[in-house]
Amino acid sequence: MAASTDQRSAARPNGPRAAAGVHITVRDLTMAYGSFVVMHDLSFTVRRGDVFIIMGGSGCGKSTLLRHLIGLNEPAKGEIFYDAVNFTTTAPQGRQALLRRFGVLYQGGALWSSMTLAENVGIPLGEFTDLNPAEIREIAALKLALVGLKGFEDYFPSQISGGMQKRAGIARAIALDPEIMFFDEPSSGLDPISSRLIDDLILDLRDNLGSTVIVVTHELASILTIGNNSVFLDAEDRTIIARGDPKEMLAHCDIPRVRQFLTRGDGAASTARSHG
Amino acid sequence: MPPQVEILQPAQVSLGRLSGSTLQVRLSGSWKLKRGMPSPSAVTDALDAPPKSHRIAFDAADLGEWDSSLLSFIMRVVEVCKERGLDADLAGLPDGLKRLVELAAAVPEREGARSKPARHWFVARIGDSTLAWLDSAVAFLAFFGEVVRALGRFSTGRARYRRIDLGVVIQECGADAFPIVTLISFLVGTILAFMGAVQLQRFGASIYIADLVGIAVVRDMGAMMTAIIMAGRTGAAFAAQLGSMKVTQEIDALATMGLSPMEYLVLPRVIALVTMMPLLCLYSDFIGILGGAFVGWSMLDISWVSYLRQTEGAVQLGDVVGGLVKATVYGIIIAVAGCLRGLQCGNSSSAVGEAATRAVVTGIVYIVVACGLFAFIFNALGI
Repeated sequence: MAASTDQRSAARPNGPRAAAGVHITVRDLTMAYGSFVVMHDLSFTVRRGDVFIIMGGSGCGKSTLLRHLIGLNEPAKGEIFYDAVNFTTTAPQGRQALLRRFGVLYQGGALWSSMTLAENVGIPLGEFTDLNPAEIREIAALKLALVGLKGFEDYFPSQISGGMQKRAGIARAIALDPEIMFFDEPSSGLDPISSRLIDDLILDLRDNLGSTVIVVTHELASILTIGNNSVFLDAEDRTIIARGDPKEMLAHCDIPRVRQFLTRGDGAASTARSHG
Repeated sequence: MPPQVEILQPAQVSLGRLSGSTLQVRLSGSWKLKRGMPSPSAVTDALDAPPKSHRIAFDAADLGEWDSSLLSFIMRVVEVCKERGLDADLAGLPDGLKRLVELAAAVPEREGARSKPARHWFVARIGDSTLAWLDSAVAFLAFFGEVVRALGRFSTGRARYRRIDLGVVIQECGADAFPIVTLISFLVGTILAFMGAVQLQRFGASIYIADLVGIAVVRDMGAMMTAIIMAGRTGAAFAAQLGSMKVTQEIDALATMGLSPMEYLVLPRVIALVTMMPLLCLYSDFIGILGGAFVGWSMLDISWVSYLRQTEGAVQLGDVVGGLVKATVYGIIIAVAGCLRGLQCGNSSSAVGEAATRAVVTGIVYIVVACGLFAFIFNALGI
């Protein structure tokens, strides 16, 4: 955790799995609840090692897109590929194998409340490795230490703060050293310092595990600090209206709704001023 | 000296004409929610009357205090203008009010966002309810099928679940249920005995209370009362536990980790209840008979030994086995109903309560249906 977040945000990862190329491809994805179409014709690619931001206003369908990417919702139309594997059409058995390559942090942490933090982190290790209980406990303690929760192994989720629950959720998500990590609103409900710590942690994990990271967020500071690729979902058009590096978007994008979002509402005014 | 009372003028709307086609709405007095909300009907009536207006302007020179009641009035007038294609000139309004009107109109209503109250004929409502009931029954059967598949994986040792969870659930729906099962079963035994005693005493056949209570409890009441208790206690708890886990995304977390919620959460609960229900039923039978014996001893002077000997002669092994089979089936129904309703839970805290209620209702309805089927089958088989 030596280099600062800002210096490292655009850097490519140098971890064990670092390699160039497309990791995730989403093609013509349409998401719907019954007859209500949330978003249509979403197409984008995520490169290996990207910190990919899914952004947009509240209620535009960011978390719904994440749920589609991790298989919790089925697309109304379109396909999702991980490397060359079509996730959408893969049989349940193959899909379960793919899911084990994922680590997911949910908005509220989603820790299993009846288990201690060590048990929470230990579950995937116990289910999908041949480690004995002592080794599982050791790895769980290590993962908790990586997110700054050394010594909290025997605490229950209800005994720790919201920020600590998020970090414990990250520890569980990285238990099996996943290839792809998904973060749903990792900074929501946290104070600025805790948010910054989570951002640092995401970059550290990307750099050291070589994972691809997908982050759903509308926290401007996080978007501009950690993201090097992104899509902007628009609730009005119900599709992607901008994609690319968020910093480039801020500098060059002249779509008023995107500028407004990236400048906390000042963009439209400044664009109007510059044109006037 | 009496306290000074400020007398506020009520909210008033008066209308006038600025030019031939501009209707001026003059606002005066105190516009406060606690004093009521004036209707814009006078404005609408004026717009309907000749001469035709193309524009509305406001004059707030005599306006006193105001709050959301005035904002609401203005919004309704603006809405009326929009519907009729008229201009609404807000220049005469206080700056704060203008900003609030602009804020309320800033985000246009999303197409299809407003839900329309559905009006259906009585026959259509019956049809909808029937289809909903059929859907629910199909969902129950489909879920039951998945449970059977999971039990198949469990029997071949391929199911993934935590043994410690199974132990905890067995304790919760076994040992922890003893006190309530004891109380209810004893009371049911005594009630049955009281009812029988009143009639049988007339014929000098008091000892047959033991037959009545023994057969009733062992064949039906033991299993039924245990099932009703467990549906209210454990079925609701299963639904609430799984419902809360759904709300906090704990079930999603399992699924995206490649772990089956069916094996991890449902299987231990079904196994625990199916193994505990026959044991609780057997215990309930015993306590129910003791309840009957207590009434016989205290009211009819039947000794404990005579009562139990009479019961032994009346109750056959087939009766006991039949009761245990019923208890096992009731256990499956309660566990499946509880887990199904928990996993069907919505994403709000109120949905958890609804899931618990639905689990109890579903459990009891299917238990009664199963009880009827058992009566028919046992009768056909001569058991």
